[in-house]
Amino acid sequence: MFYRENGQFKTSYKADQQAFAIPQDRWAIVAIVAFAFIGVPLLVDEYMFRAILVPFLILSLAALGVNILVGYCGQITLGAGASMAVGAYAAYNFMVRIDGMPALAAILLGGLMAALAGIVFGAPSLRVRGLYLAVATLAAQFFWDWAFLRIKWFTNDSSSGSVSVPDINLLGWTINSPTDKYLFCLGVLVVFSVMAKNLLRGNMGRQWMAIRDMDVAATVIGIRPMYAKLTAFAVSSFYLGVAGALWGFVNLGSWEPAAFSIDRSLQLLFMVIIGGMGAISGSFFGAAFIVILPIFLNQMLPLIGGLFGLEVSIALVSHVEFIIFGSLIVFFLIVEPHGIARLWSTGREKLRLWPFPH
Amino acid sequence: MKLRKLAVAASLAAIGLSAVLTTPAYAAEEQFFPVLAYRTGAYAPNGTPWANGFVDYLKLTNARGGVNGVKMIWEECETGYATDRGVECYERLKGKHGGATAVQPLSTGITFALTEKAPVDKIPVITAGYGRSESQNGAVFGWNFPLVGTYWMGADVLVQHIGKKEGGLDKLKGKKIALVYHDSPYGKEPIALLQERAKMHGFEVQLLPVAHPGVEQKATWLQVRQSKPDYVFLWGWGVMNSTSIKEAQATGYPRDKMYGVWWSGAEPDVKDVGDGAKGYNALAMQHGAEPNSKVVKEILEKLHAKGQGTGPKEEVGQVLYMRGLISSMLQVEAVRAAQGRFGKGKRITGEQMRWGLENLNLDQKALDGMGLAGVMRPVQTSCLDHMGSAWARVHTWDGKKWNFTSDWYQGDEKVLRPMVMLASAKYAEEKKIKPRTPEDCKK
Repeated sequence: MFYRENGQFKTSYKADQQAFAIPQDRWAIVAIVAFAFIGVPLLVDEYMFRAILVPFLILSLAALGVNILVGYCGQITLGAGASMAVGAYAAYNFMVRIDGMPALAAILLGGLMAALAGIVFGAPSLRVRGLYLAVATLAAQFFWDWAFLRIKWFTNDSSSGSVSVPDINLLGWTINSPTDKYLFCLGVLVVFSVMAKNLLRGNMGRQWMAIRDMDVAATVIGIRPMYAKLTAFAVSSFYLGVAGALWGFVNLGSWEPAAFSIDRSLQLLFMVIIGGMGAISGSFFGAAFIVILPIFLNQMLPLIGGLFGLEVSIALVSHVEFIIFGSLIVFFLIVEPHGIARLWSTGREKLRLWPFPH
Repeated sequence: MKLRKLAVAASLAAIGLSAVLTTPAYAAEEQFFPVLAYRTGAYAPNGTPWANGFVDYLKLTNARGGVNGVKMIWEECETGYATDRGVECYERLKGKHGGATAVQPLSTGITFALTEKAPVDKIPVITAGYGRSESQNGAVFGWNFPLVGTYWMGADVLVQHIGKKEGGLDKLKGKKIALVYHDSPYGKEPIALLQERAKMHGFEVQLLPVAHPGVEQKATWLQVRQSKPDYVFLWGWGVMNSTSIKEAQATGYPRDKMYGVWWSGAEPDVKDVGDGAKGYNALAMQHGAEPNSKVVKEILEKLHAKGQGTGPKEEVGQVLYMRGLISSMLQVEAVRAAQGRFGKGKRITGEQMRWGLENLNLDQKALDGMGLAGVMRPVQTSCLDHMGSAWARVHTWDGKKWNFTSDWYQGDEKVLRPMVMLASAKYAEEKKIKPRTPEDCKK
């Protein structure tokens, strides 16, 4: 009833080709972003910001990066954590080695370094595909894990291999309160999401999708696989690198290579698979599912136990949390193998016909 | 249909979440301690007794009538030894019941993360026997308290001990010491000190990292067999410790040449290996297993006899239980010290707690009064020295229990101090921190 396109006529190509062609969508997005910028800081407390929202925003950005590569270009990667690590450590090195380096510039340069590393480690994709490529990207993960643990130059000779950075200062705005951190990450995420949306609708995104759907056919119609695949690796690694730098600078403040271990790579891949491959919104759904749900379960279970008068020990809670979380993953994959984003778009289709479905 | 169910479930979940987020009101005369524990995961065998001792001492304090009438309250949160979950737990608990007094994460990774948050939240981070070694310098690390021991001090004592066994530190020349360590900031901490000492005495350090969680060590011990080091230092945690001892047994490396840090010298590490671990040595962070101490008897009588104890009765007094107990005792005593200045019988804030921790003075009489006679030595901290006591001894597993096999050693200030100053100065520069002066300390 509220979500139908009857009577909406597009009179120019421009109107037809815009990012959100349906006005309801456009307004909904604007409303969500406005709420995130204005409403959320008024409503939630420090715990929500620091423990849930900031990690969620940063990992959404990382999942977006993985989605570009895995969901849009069809190149599977297990080296996402490594790209984040390169971004974080490169940004750290720019910060400590160059005097007066603005933090935002360091973060973006960190992303750039990650993009370069991504191109190098993406090169095997020109020869191998599917599972074999996954194994090749795994090499990147292990290489960078090793490098940041063993090569002391990267960590500025820190005795324990962990590094720390001061608070970010952005044109006189010192980002240290939870609200500042949230707004900063949200700003970065919005800018990068808009960039991704446009990139994916444009020439480059179409090339990636052509490669994903059938690379031989794509080559026949004149798409260069080398260019398409390596740009996908570069852009994806850039996103991951920036996310990694934010994770280190904003979320942790001081970190060690373990923050970007193979677990992180798998976590990001799961986010994309559960959230929805080849959908930008899937990155957000996936990140929310993986970041927020375990914490939510962890807090809910003792309360539910309390309702029935049961004293639940923290060990039991964390066992049950794993069981429920695992079952939910299986449930979602069975009910909707294309991820939560597909559920969402099915819901939207239904809404268009509501309340008079045929 | 499916969609509607999902929507209902989601909105129910949202309602639940908002219920969780409302914090309960607090009574004024309660002192809240968050307990970041791990009772699950690869490190649970070691994390559980620590948490039990930690909570039991808080219960005992209440049974003794609290601190000048102020009751101790606490809440546990499971971290699973994972840094991000630990940080989440900290954020969840820090504001409850009027605010956390101090936090003890029992993980070097979580400590590193909380070190960034402590000055902002004004909640002291107590890391009794772990954490960053340079955080001993209270001028730079204003909120970190590696009370009673740091890894540099521990490694220093181990070198002193084997030096004594060899008949003098100069006899270490040409010897080879292998460090089998957990490949994380925790395991890497002693490297800097060992290399410093190696330069002084001319011994060689061989570094053998073991990846988390440490169940795969075949290659490491093959290297030990090839290079035949004179001593092996073990810097492990959880299942890694018992695996190391089993592998030493399999490769035939003499266990009496092996020395663990105080986190590699408790019952869970050697119990399963039994006789195979006979002769294995480990540092005792002052205390060892203390089943005969007065405080343990009091806990058994006042708590466990009434069914109010935490964890199994048999584990009361074991090494890690005692570690948790002493960690907990230190924070309770800091509350007492802070009350002495800021008002007896009043709740202490995080900032006042820091004063208490910096002015902790536990002399022999105080220790005797708490039933800790013979368990540990006096501790005295200051604004610039956040460790307070640099004593340790060595204990050895005889197949059934841990026995002390050395005198007391003190970490060598001449070696430790310059390293602490250098490392903390570097940290201060990186983080753009202005070190506190003695005048700042008086505030």
